[in-house]
Amino acid sequence: MADEPRDRAMAPAGERDAPDQGAVRGGRQADGRSAPPSSERAGDRPGATASPDLDERTGTDRRLTRPTSVRRAIRDELASDSGEDLVRRAEEDDLGERTAVIELEHVSLAFDQPVLEDISFAARPGETIVVVGESGTGKSTILKLILRLLVPDRGRVLIDGQDITDLSFNEALRVRQKMGMVFQGAALFDSMTVYENIAYPLREHTDLTEEEIEARVREKLEFVDLEPDRVMSQLPSELSGGMKKRVGIARGMANNPEIMLYDEPTSGLDPLTTGTITRLIMKLQRELGVTSVVVSHDIRSAFRMASAIALLAERRIAFFGTPEEMTGTDSKYIRDFLGGF
Amino acid sequence: MSALAARLNDAAKERVLTVQEYFTLAWNALRFIFARPFYAGDVVQQMDAIGVQSLGIVLLTGFFTGMVLALQSSVQLQQFGALPYIGRLVAGSMIRELGPVLAGLMVAGRVGSGIAAQIGSMRVTEQIDALNTLGTDPIKKLVTPRVIAALVMLPVLTVINDFVGILGGNVIATLLLGLPSSGYWQTVWDQIASGGFTFRYIPNDFIQGLLKPFVFGGIISITGCYFGLATTGGTEGVGTATTRTVVTASILILVVDYFMTQVLLTVFSA
Repeated sequence: MADEPRDRAMAPAGERDAPDQGAVRGGRQADGRSAPPSSERAGDRPGATASPDLDERTGTDRRLTRPTSVRRAIRDELASDSGEDLVRRAEEDDLGERTAVIELEHVSLAFDQPVLEDISFAARPGETIVVVGESGTGKSTILKLILRLLVPDRGRVLIDGQDITDLSFNEALRVRQKMGMVFQGAALFDSMTVYENIAYPLREHTDLTEEEIEARVREKLEFVDLEPDRVMSQLPSELSGGMKKRVGIARGMANNPEIMLYDEPTSGLDPLTTGTITRLIMKLQRELGVTSVVVSHDIRSAFRMASAIALLAERRIAFFGTPEEMTGTDSKYIRDFLGGF
Repeated sequence: MSALAARLNDAAKERVLTVQEYFTLAWNALRFIFARPFYAGDVVQQMDAIGVQSLGIVLLTGFFTGMVLALQSSVQLQQFGALPYIGRLVAGSMIRELGPVLAGLMVAGRVGSGIAAQIGSMRVTEQIDALNTLGTDPIKKLVTPRVIAALVMLPVLTVINDFVGILGGNVIATLLLGLPSSGYWQTVWDQIASGGFTFRYIPNDFIQGLLKPFVFGGIISITGCYFGLATTGGTEGVGTATTRTVVTASILILVVDYFMTQVLLTVFSA
């Protein structure tokens, strides 16, 4: 079981983009082939009726083998979404042929001990990949590899098709301008105000005038649902955890990057704020079409926002697929990992 | 290789690696003085933090050092009947040795620890990574401004230290030992002149006395930045980085001082 998703993840982008046929949506088959029409599947199982029992909202076949409790949980989860999210999920599989924006190929990395072994996955434009796994398995290391803050011992990291492994320091700085990063603690510069924090990348890399910078800072603050006039002059130490995260997101997207990276965006937040931040990440993807890689331990929000989930275990990717596939899996480890969800 | 030899091997390699990284940082910090972008605002800010804010301790330590120097040496000088030459002794010691070294040690404690703490805190809260992801070279933004500020400010502080020290000696000489003030300052000038002149107007003692703080400034700032950037392990790591900075910078100052003195004496006596 562990081999299948990894093989598929390592398959060249073209194979995986075969368009879905039939009514089944939101599901990528583990073996890389598109899902057969539901009626075919109905015939495979004893006692199954010929007409598919499809969930009206998601279009998935309810009769696929799943623990009832998990299935119900997914249904409840999807039912709590707004209609827009479901449309997004349905549209995702029509992406068709497109080169991956972020691609890791057989990446291995060790510090004193091996941290990652033979990691491969890809993010297509507009996708949100959520990397989950036990603490300390190297999830944050993957983000640092994408940002080229670390270089793999073996394998390649490609951004927009360009191999960034061998770039010089200055070339790497230029590639990073395509990306926005939101750190676990927001990592705001504590000697600068909120305004100066968000303006920082604009001042460093653009020729915008002060008025244009102020307009952009206000725009980003409003996007993350903060009142510009109230927070712009505050220092990071005066902000709550949720506000810091939101300012961090605003700073990350200040330069309108095509890639957004999040390191544990909802850790340490209360459930309400967690939902807010999750919706914010989804809003970014929906309205700005960014490609996102999110490292998270929060399964609930992962299932809400992910196009695909990568499960990191024992230094390898043990699973790569959609949330529905993850709950439908036979692997005991994954079931345990999902826990009561 | 036996296990012990292997461990010694690893320990030695780690030391050498530390030294290599230190010099790499020093080299980069210095060459980026001439590389764009220039963070002039940060340089000025650091000059204030390193120079202006250290003025108080420099004034205090300089003054009391001069006084104690005069006091202690007066006993010896009196035995040889050479008390009027106390000005020469105080001036010579302060300008060539005590001024630079004591100012260096004071600033290493105050500024070195401050730099390590600030940069170390930024490291453990991922702000250094944030700088990298936002496309800024942390060395250009954080290290080079501090190095420039230290290279400029430490000679300035040392001059002040020297002057205040000689003044302290004057206070003791006139108030305690009853020597005429004009005589004191005359002997001070005699001492400076006796070292010789370069280019006719620059006393050699000044060259020695200003070259040392220039080097010490580099040592203090680079050591602070090195341990700050290498900080790991949260707040405890920041504390460790601070301590190691002060200890390492102080030892380096004293060791480099010896070798510089050796070289300079050879150069200027030739």
